[in-house]
Amino acid sequence: MGKLAYLRNIVTLELHADKCTGCRMCMEVCPHGVFVLAGKKAKIDDRDACMECGACARNCAAGAISVRAGVGCASKFIHGQEHGTVARCFFRIWGYGV
Amino acid sequence: MAQPSCSDQRDRPEKGRCCPGPAGGPECGCESHATVSGSAAAGHWIVGQVDTPAGTIPKVEARLRFQDRLGAWKARWAIGRMNYAVVPGLYAVGEPGPDSPVFVTANYKMSFDVLRKQLADMSAWVLVLDTRGINVWCAAGKGTFGTDELVKRIATTKLAKIVSHRTLIVPQLGAPGVAAHQVKKRSGFRVIYGPVRASDIPRFVENGFDATPDMREVRFDFRDRLVLTPLEIVSWGRRALWGRQGLIIMLTLVVVSGLDRQGWLLHKALRLGPWALAMYAIAFLCGTFLAPLLLPWLPGRAFAVKGAVLGGVAALAVTWFRWDASAGWGTRVNIAAWAVLLPTVSSFIAVTFVGASTYTSLSGVFKEMRLAVPVHITATIVGVVLLVLGQFV
Repeated sequence: MGKLAYLRNIVTLELHADKCTGCRMCMEVCPHGVFVLAGKKAKIDDRDACMECGACARNCAAGAISVRAGVGCASKFIHGQEHGTVARCFFRIWGYGV
Repeated sequence: MAQPSCSDQRDRPEKGRCCPGPAGGPECGCESHATVSGSAAAGHWIVGQVDTPAGTIPKVEARLRFQDRLGAWKARWAIGRMNYAVVPGLYAVGEPGPDSPVFVTANYKMSFDVLRKQLADMSAWVLVLDTRGINVWCAAGKGTFGTDELVKRIATTKLAKIVSHRTLIVPQLGAPGVAAHQVKKRSGFRVIYGPVRASDIPRFVENGFDATPDMREVRFDFRDRLVLTPLEIVSWGRRALWGRQGLIIMLTLVVVSGLDRQGWLLHKALRLGPWALAMYAIAFLCGTFLAPLLLPWLPGRAFAVKGAVLGGVAALAVTWFRWDASAGWGTRVNIAAWAVLLPTVSSFIAVTFVGASTYTSLSGVFKEMRLAVPVHITATIVGVVLLVLGQFV
């Protein structure tokens, strides 16, 4: 069984190497091993494995990482709008576009 | 851009209050309950209390009881799931002192339970954040398991008086909401990210509070997917099967099955109706149960494709079973209609499983939905037209 992989070339993850201090925090928090250390700075090794959870950007003290993070339809659980939410979620995503 | 949703929750507390989640119950996430004491935190898991310089702290047992397992099982089946919470605050496991480690978690009871279960062989503090009864990862994505709440909870529990060290162990999946450097700046506490899975905590502790790379990786194994399927079945079923929409759909299917050039024939409805209902049920089963389980083995990267392929295979099997050289054109068109509808419904349901998966990006989901939904709508129209046409040829 291969590793589960989602769509290619779509992720919004960006690493601005000039700001990177090599603190390794991104490597620590990433749940999919997207980053590796190249010399003294982080490097994106497996971009398509990124799920845009935003942990790296949130924990980058140097502000060297940007990603449009989001959790999709999980908001329905937070807001407790269970009823009819799937349809609403579809239309929201479709209507708003990217 | 950082997560815009983080402050969202704080701006709209009324939403949290009107939801059927813990915010609605007595253990609500309202500010008045922010400082929790032993007496307020009732529950069979509380077995005593520990005296500290900042007052008494409720002590919880590390052993899970039958009620805990039953509660988790019920939550998996969407029974009382939106109100499955513990009171936020500080708890003790074992006989913790000023030097004992502090583990942070969410106030979803299942999150709390999987953590305390792993602390059986040690004495520790458990700091429960108010995430409105949502698990760590989902709450972190929405910012409720976040820097603000963590800093606030450190203050309200007077944690700095209770422990002499200044270290917190936050689950790694809390990182989308928690900025370790900001927590340090605002509270003086250093955040150490613990393993993704609570079951790795004993190994993590043995390893000197250092998570190895394998503890940092999120997986989505067969078992992980299996435990999510009851929720898929129930949350889709309550709409598509035993909900009002579902009953209307199924009734319509039976009514359509009876249509004929000679009007409406009962014997035809009784012959084709069960087939129609069976097709609908198979599509439902493909989307809610089989697609999540077979995820890695289904071709394609998009969930819509995976669901459609699965539905397609099911449609082929049904066709093989139903096809008869002597069958009339009506039956053939009916089979063709379901060969279109079955993969469509399966695909439509399978797409929604992205929300439960552990590896899909929001950008990818946007792209997939924008491509898939028009196809779903078109295919549904084609399928329904074929279905009705088949009744008259």
